[in-house]
Amino acid sequence: MKTIFERPRSDRPTAFVPTGKANGSTDDRRIDPAHLRDGAPRIPTVSEPVVVRHYTELSKANFGVDDGFYPLGSCTMKHNPKLNEAVAGIHGFANLHPQTDPALAQGTLALLHQLSELLRKTAGMSAVSLQPVAGAHGELTGMFLFKRYFEERGEATRTRILLPDSAHGTNPASASVAGFSVGEIPSDERGMVDITALRAALDETVAGIMLTVPNTLGIFEERILEITEAVHDAGGLCYFDGANLNAYLGRARPGDMGADVFHFNLHKTLSTPHGGGGPGAGPIAVSEPLEPLLPVPRIEADGNAFRLDWDRPRSIGAVHAFFGNVLVAVKAYAYLLRLGDEGLREVGENAVLNANYLQQRLKESFELPYDGLCKHEFVLSASELPNGVTALDVAKRLIDYGIHPPTIYFPLIVREALMIEPTETEGKASLDAFADAMERIAGEAATDPDLLRSAPHAAPVRRLDQTQAARDPVLTYSLDEAST
Amino acid sequence: MRYVPNTDADRRAMLAAIGRPSLDALFEDIPAAVREQFRPMDVPSRSEMEVSACLGALAAANVGAGAVPFLGGGVYDHYVPSAVPYVVSRSEFATAYTPYQPEISQGTLTAMFEFQTMVTELTGMEIANASMYDGATALAEAALMAERVRGRGRVAVSRSLFPHVRRVLDTYAWASDLPIVELPYDGTSGRTDVDSLPDDLSAVIVQTPNAFGVIESLDGLKAQIGDALLIVSAYPTALGLLNPPGAFGADIVVGEGQPLGLPMGFGGPLLGLFATRKEFIRQLPGRVAGRTVDADGAVGYVMAAQTREQHIRRGRATSNICTNSALCALTATVYLASVGGEGLRVIAKRCFDLAHVLADRIARIDGYELAFLGPFFNEFVVRTPEDPAVVSARLAARGFLVTPPEELATLGVDGALRIAVTEKRTDDEIDRLVDALGGTG
Amino acid sequence: MSYPTEYRYTKDHEWVHVEGNRARIGITDHAQSELGDVVFVELPTVGTEVAAGENVAAVESVKAVGDVAAPLGGKIAEVNAELESSPEKVNEAPHADGWIFVLEVADPAAVDGLLDAAAYERFLTEG
Repeated sequence: MKTIFERPRSDRPTAFVPTGKANGSTDDRRIDPAHLRDGAPRIPTVSEPVVVRHYTELSKANFGVDDGFYPLGSCTMKHNPKLNEAVAGIHGFANLHPQTDPALAQGTLALLHQLSELLRKTAGMSAVSLQPVAGAHGELTGMFLFKRYFEERGEATRTRILLPDSAHGTNPASASVAGFSVGEIPSDERGMVDITALRAALDETVAGIMLTVPNTLGIFEERILEITEAVHDAGGLCYFDGANLNAYLGRARPGDMGADVFHFNLHKTLSTPHGGGGPGAGPIAVSEPLEPLLPVPRIEADGNAFRLDWDRPRSIGAVHAFFGNVLVAVKAYAYLLRLGDEGLREVGENAVLNANYLQQRLKESFELPYDGLCKHEFVLSASELPNGVTALDVAKRLIDYGIHPPTIYFPLIVREALMIEPTETEGKASLDAFADAMERIAGEAATDPDLLRSAPHAAPVRRLDQTQAARDPVLTYSLDEAST
Repeated sequence: MRYVPNTDADRRAMLAAIGRPSLDALFEDIPAAVREQFRPMDVPSRSEMEVSACLGALAAANVGAGAVPFLGGGVYDHYVPSAVPYVVSRSEFATAYTPYQPEISQGTLTAMFEFQTMVTELTGMEIANASMYDGATALAEAALMAERVRGRGRVAVSRSLFPHVRRVLDTYAWASDLPIVELPYDGTSGRTDVDSLPDDLSAVIVQTPNAFGVIESLDGLKAQIGDALLIVSAYPTALGLLNPPGAFGADIVVGEGQPLGLPMGFGGPLLGLFATRKEFIRQLPGRVAGRTVDADGAVGYVMAAQTREQHIRRGRATSNICTNSALCALTATVYLASVGGEGLRVIAKRCFDLAHVLADRIARIDGYELAFLGPFFNEFVVRTPEDPAVVSARLAARGFLVTPPEELATLGVDGALRIAVTEKRTDDEIDRLVDALGGTG
Repeated sequence: MSYPTEYRYTKDHEWVHVEGNRARIGITDHAQSELGDVVFVELPTVGTEVAAGENVAAVESVKAVGDVAAPLGGKIAEVNAELESSPEKVNEAPHADGWIFVLEVADPAAVDGLLDAAAYERFLTEG
């Protein structure tokens, strides 16, 4: 793949704005030479036709939801409605500076306030902050809230966060960044939190628990109320990672399960695009005792007008420069208005039906470590495939079938894991095509394993050497070598 | 149904295949006690047309989007070449996720590699990551990284950071039990006063241009601070013209990348830039793309040094960041490719030029004077003859937006306004702004 | 690969080769095979006092990080600086050139509590 640095260069910059002297400019306006850069940055100047061709070519070496089935478990790769893109691009939203007088930004403030209300109701909790800009950022903010909560209560011994061994990596990472240590709770033979182990671990050093509901195996914690009650009884708080909200939209609310902090992933459940790794948004909903601790500023309604409230003495401060990822929030708001309650209920139903259907179809050709009703996703294991074929091989071979691989090697508690989440925006025909491909690959594992081990064959590049990249990282193009 | 391809017949067939009697039966694993408490949002579903109208009305209520922004603070009204949003909106870029399967993510990964290269070039550093959430969290993470590297237990920060950036740093530092020592600024020049630096610091943090628009003097600063890391937050457009922090020995350079082709968007999404020395690669937060070869020896790109990240290191990762600002980084890459280094310099020069013309003309109006004598790039602070809130309101009534005086007041500067000028400001807008302030010059 | 009978082993897949009152330590062939291609080894600092069971080093592959604990208490006497430029030695010769550090052992008798080669191999098949 060529980089832009290797494309034909122009000999002069494009005039995107008027050039020439400003009115009243004088030549004695010299800048101190010590401050001046020696020459321009060595980023090549490239004409528009070359720019457009280059990035168009790059895009064709990519695979998005619009290209095909993308069953990446716990990522909820659902269709990104094009209405969302249209409204987020409206001049009135896009061209507004964040330090504009609130009186002149009433449209966005109203939207943010209303979105917060809709999310609050969806969570069944007391208040929402839209500041966190990613799920992990929401987790971190939640951990900050825990820390401040116990600080105020003088409970300095509460320095540990418990989490199940199936937790997503950002959970312990977020807890650590916030200064907590983590304790792992094992899963029982049905893939759920071992409540006996949990009770044994609960003491006055525990600040709380971080749970994903349903868990990363796609299994709903049947004893969720017992779990949260046990943590509360021990004086701790409950954080719910909302990555898997697609599983119960329209049917249940985390607030009713005992959550004290819950984060939404707008780029998962609420359909905003993933962008190749971001930007997303990770707003949090909290229970009543935590509301005064939420980040500033808050957006308050005064009749029909909206204002910023900075007078929050117990707030943890700010976790973002301004109000969070506003243009992402605009998209999620449009989605909620479009779907309404009826649409959200359809999301949950179809997401769960699709997952259970695929699970049923695939359990013949792959090992299913946890059989039974799943929610919106499920985990297979490739460990029983013949000839030592691995989950990685299966994933690379799926590429040849025009399908994006599922999540592999996660959760850690399943060997050779393949985590599959179809979402509600796939139809039965698409699911059947995927199941057919997976069955064929399982067959190939027996008859032609080398075909899998050398896959992919139909991608823009063959299998890439990760070891070389890790042993001797080359992270930049050498501009010194570049010719002019 | 919205965005759901399944028909009733499909659903019946699937329910039969899995042996479940109804859709309701699929939720029996959720305790009844929880299901019974469910309440809807109380929102009807709407047609596309109705949603579009609703959102359009909200957008129209943002009167400020039609005014002329002389606002700055890290977010600026720069001109975006048309090719940029066009290319970035391609769904192969926009609807993909993290490039965990590199063979079908060469678009994203190659662009990340280009972005990293461009950021190192702008900042004068050796390596850069593929983005953080915004400049403020990038700065906070830089402070935490410095503490991991040096372990001295505290950091020094210039008072002349943008307040909204400082707020985020304060929150992250509090959570990490990392005390902050504040460095004052010189009331005449507006620059950070580094004369009485305490010992035992993991980092010294400055912003340039700073919250007053003043260009900080980085010359000799690294030598002055012992083995503390020098962290500089820089305005990327300014780096088209100004000597980058890397040239002065900075250890970590962060910044807000919104000026590189992103809309202002009421402050989000933004783009965190993060660059550092190669020796610190194991401590670098966030994703990085690295070059490698495939089975046929062709050049390709993969996520490198993944063992630093949360999905492998979990509790001992260098950061918890997962989703970042990837599409915004792509936007910045296409922007920089479109304007080029030479073009960025031309743009920066124009911003500088227009800002100085305006500053001169305002300073000639009775009662107005520049608050600081230090050199500035495209943003400056003026003392006003009357209450700045009154002046600000008068300007707004004429369609001009300037930084609210409260921001400067929190930094100890009263009776003043801050004004930013970009290459988008026309001679006519500048004339009318000067006129609105009561000047004719 | 066979497991040298003159070495001792732990259930965390470390091997220990006693040399007087010092012990040379590395990870076993089983461990390097599970990790895959080693790309980086985080070495401890010479002179550091460590307790038995404390994590002192880490072996990173492309997809995972394996912690290396001190099987016995003592002081770090030497580290294998060659691993900085050639981490692949851990894969190629895990029981020889791929050694990671040498410990000045506080209590030499504690070595008897470690598994011998036969016990480790049994642990691998049954464990």
